[in-house]
Amino acid sequence: MNITDILNKYKPEKDQLLMILHEVQNTQIDHCIHQDDIIAIAKHLNLTKAQVFGVVNYYSMFHTKARGKYIITVCKSPVCHLKEADSIIKHLERSLGLKMGETTKNSNFTLEHAECLGRCDEAPVMSINQNFHGHLDTQKIDNILKKLK
Amino acid sequence: MQETRIALRNIGKYDGKTLNDAIELGVFNALGMTIKHFSNVDIIESIIHSNLRGRGGAGFPTGLKLQYTASEDSDQKYVICNADEGEPGTFKDRQIMEQDPYLLLEGMAIAGFAIGADTGYIYIRGEYYKSIKRLQYAIDQATEAGFLGNEIFESDFNFHVELRVGAGSYLCGEELTLLESLEGKRGHPRIKPPFPAQKGLFQKPTLVNNVETLAHFPEIISRGSDWYQSLGNNGSSGTKIFNLSGDINKPGYYEFEFGISLRELIYEVGGGISNEKKLKAILLGGAAGTFVSEEQLDTPMDYDSLRHIGATLGSGAVIVLHEDRDLGDFLENILRFFKHESCGKCTPCRVGTTQLHSNMKKINKGSSDNTNLLDKMLKEANLMKATSLCPLGQSPIMPLSTAVKYFKKELLKA
Repeated sequence: MNITDILNKYKPEKDQLLMILHEVQNTQIDHCIHQDDIIAIAKHLNLTKAQVFGVVNYYSMFHTKARGKYIITVCKSPVCHLKEADSIIKHLERSLGLKMGETTKNSNFTLEHAECLGRCDEAPVMSINQNFHGHLDTQKIDNILKKLK
Repeated sequence: MQETRIALRNIGKYDGKTLNDAIELGVFNALGMTIKHFSNVDIIESIIHSNLRGRGGAGFPTGLKLQYTASEDSDQKYVICNADEGEPGTFKDRQIMEQDPYLLLEGMAIAGFAIGADTGYIYIRGEYYKSIKRLQYAIDQATEAGFLGNEIFESDFNFHVELRVGAGSYLCGEELTLLESLEGKRGHPRIKPPFPAQKGLFQKPTLVNNVETLAHFPEIISRGSDWYQSLGNNGSSGTKIFNLSGDINKPGYYEFEFGISLRELIYEVGGGISNEKKLKAILLGGAAGTFVSEEQLDTPMDYDSLRHIGATLGSGAVIVLHEDRDLGDFLENILRFFKHESCGKCTPCRVGTTQLHSNMKKINKGSSDNTNLLDKMLKEANLMKATSLCPLGQSPIMPLSTAVKYFKKELLKA
């Protein structure tokens, strides 16, 4: 779906901004919000480019740099930290050959971290795009990655 | 131990999607009663009399919030459901939204009737993908069936609900910041007063309530405020969902009347400490919460009993740490969390959260100056509490001071 089609679905009201940004980002192949789209959104909502960029920049779920097909997000908040999220992150970094925040050269995987994902009873937890995986250990991660590679 | 389920009463009894199943379970009965038999004043008085308090963390009397918002004279008012559940250790609201979204919608509609609002928004955190889908589906179904929309139950009461999705900011769970975010802006807190009841969303009188709070409305109306008020303990009425996590055998969400002891929650409900370890500490209420030690295990879980021992119930998070856990490292993670989530609008919080984290790091690395550093941190966190604009900057003192209170030796040794 192109940007015009997306914008046409939303009333030109400012409180729609976050909803629009989510949809734009989710429908891009590189899971990020491009400069051109920011300009188009600003025009649709009668905001300045700086206002839209300020919002994109504030919220940690919005991104302006290209990301991979599979976005792996590891929770590092207190409960997951307690349940050794750090070793989960290290294992993912080793398995994918990248560092936290990076994307693989073939654009298949991006590794990110997030604050509390609200699944503390399954800690440690990560999401891959919109699917959650809990009670993680290295074996479980290997199995999940094998299916995606 | 037997749970008393009110907010969770339909969880597991239907698929969270089929409206007819929800109706069979009694959902929307209370809304029908409300519209057909009661005035808005009746509803407000009933909620006041029930002694229901906000379940999001602050514990403000819900009935008063309703009354303040209802008493404002305005052509437009709003009900906002705060579904931005982001307090570490908290996952209760997600259960209601995924498994019983209709109950939440019913609660919102009753609130709308009480204050005279025809529009409700659910502000939900962006990572709750399944909740978002379930709620949107439920809104569509309920609207189509006439439980939401225009002329509900053939009355002149109209109530429309829309979803708004957040994007990864803990701070947006704070009600004034939530309003900014809902208006499509950066999540910076507003200065109060004015409170949302006077000038909230789009400067109109607005009622902001947590998911769990709203989920209590239907049963209070159906079964009466006398019944509700009689549940609980020591001035805290009704039930609370407790979120058990960390080093515990049966982590999960459990709803009990106020007054259950921490010992019962951890050992009977939660099955005790995992790996047959001993208990070291419990963090109550999440990152913006308070530590307690083994000596406080017999404290009844209610607002006043907890306040009496310098602890907080907060969102109902109960995070358990076993004997081998490094408390200094855990506290460093909490302070890192605050640093990451500080919005930077006010100086005490922006600078303070960074300094607290870096000093905790130094302490954990072990410096000869640990005692002084810890004193400095306490002083700074107290200053932040006194001068920060919103609860984020006011919160680090809670886990910090209670960690020092019970585990000072361990923190300094690290």
